[in-house]
Amino acid sequence: MRSSLQTLLLGLLSLLLAGCAGSPVRGTGDLGLIIERASGHVTLVNTSSRAAYARIGGLGDLSHASVVYSRDARYAYVFGRDGGLTKIDLLDALIVKRVIQSGNAIGGSISQDGRIVVAQNYTPGGIKAFDSETLELLSEVPAEYAPGRFSKVVGLADVPGNKFAYALFDGGEIWVSDFSDPKRPVTKRYPAGQQPYDGLVTPDGRHYLAGLFGEDGIALLDLWQPEKGARKILEKYGRGEEKLPVFKLPHLRGWSVAAGRAWLPAIGRHEVLVADAASWKETGRVAVKGQPVFVMASPDGRQIWVNFAFPDNGWVQVIDTLSGQVVQTLQPGKAVLHMEFTPRGEAVWLSARDDNRVVIYDTRTFARLGEIPVDAPSGIFFTSRAARIGL
Amino acid sequence: MLLAATALAAEPSAARQKELIHLVRQDCGSCHGMTLQGGLGPALLPAALADKPAESLVATIIGGRPGTPMPPWHRFLAEDEAQWIVAKLMTGFPQ
Repeated sequence: MRSSLQTLLLGLLSLLLAGCAGSPVRGTGDLGLIIERASGHVTLVNTSSRAAYARIGGLGDLSHASVVYSRDARYAYVFGRDGGLTKIDLLDALIVKRVIQSGNAIGGSISQDGRIVVAQNYTPGGIKAFDSETLELLSEVPAEYAPGRFSKVVGLADVPGNKFAYALFDGGEIWVSDFSDPKRPVTKRYPAGQQPYDGLVTPDGRHYLAGLFGEDGIALLDLWQPEKGARKILEKYGRGEEKLPVFKLPHLRGWSVAAGRAWLPAIGRHEVLVADAASWKETGRVAVKGQPVFVMASPDGRQIWVNFAFPDNGWVQVIDTLSGQVVQTLQPGKAVLHMEFTPRGEAVWLSARDDNRVVIYDTRTFARLGEIPVDAPSGIFFTSRAARIGL
Repeated sequence: MLLAATALAAEPSAARQKELIHLVRQDCGSCHGMTLQGGLGPALLPAALADKPAESLVATIIGGRPGTPMPPWHRFLAEDEAQWIVAKLMTGFPQ
């Protein structure tokens, strides 16, 4: 039996601890962050209460911003278009540190051991590695693919072994940089194809895929056997037909593997391409409403949610992975830019930029569960990404 | 000369101008950046465009640039609207 004095002291102690930390004692597993692309703000959200709990400004140009999380899922690293790298504490809801690391950036990634944050840059083209604690610059790899010629870097993804894989849009190569020694990265180069526009690593960290804009096909590098080099899959999927115009390039990320298959956006065709994730042979295609931008598998792999490029960006379609059919077509709002599943996928959050709101759907019934007002929302990033390879 | 000629073209209505500004900032901005400082596509700021003939920029908007990701926008823009956009880009695009 605990005495009433002990209880009182314990109560006081916990109050003091909470007071000292400046934040409530709680986990971060149901928290996340939404980018407000036009205002330089982020909105912090709770996926259990389906509500915003804080808003932070002063993050610069957040058009095309992306986020990775520290391995304790407390800190968000926000990569802004203007080269800003901002570390945010989700519990205290404040900016811990902010640096301007380049002139024009396109995203970033965090290492397997959580100690290195890497930014990928368009200008000057290359990647830069930072200490995840202090944001101090550790090293950089300029994307100089030919003497004096630098490439824009796309598709950066962390891969096992404290390595990062990425693609060179202008150089037509996949590079893998090993940061085992964070100050002396060692880079290997693999010819990939014409104009890789984005890349992904499969959820197991084994395969790196780079989507090609300049030719029909996807470059595939087996990271378990990189010495075999990159090969093309889904080659000539356009069958030589004239491409439809692409008003926004698709994004590739590691959640497009589901039910043993990879689900990938075609370029210049209103189709989702499906390949067997063991043989990498095409197994089918799904006709959809427009040029796919994000092709995202739900955490259980049962559904694929697809959004589209302008002018079809008011639509979202859902593919059932068992039947390979579109089972639902939704209109969540104007200019749907991004989607994010809750950690186990009972709900999905979608940003409707031109309606200034984020809309939440039940993934089983497709009922609208709620919405949150957010100023021109783009990327939605939940902390469940902290424990995933390649996100 | 070209700018003068562009200015003579019919100006889009105020409501249409608002739509065009939104289109350029948001949808062109997908590749060129919302602040038009460039991304996968080149910068569209006045300094970056200074040495480019306006009519070739209009042609690029309308017809796209084969071999690059720049698509043709003629489905969504009339030629005089593209001329208005180019004139605004070359002098500083409205917010």
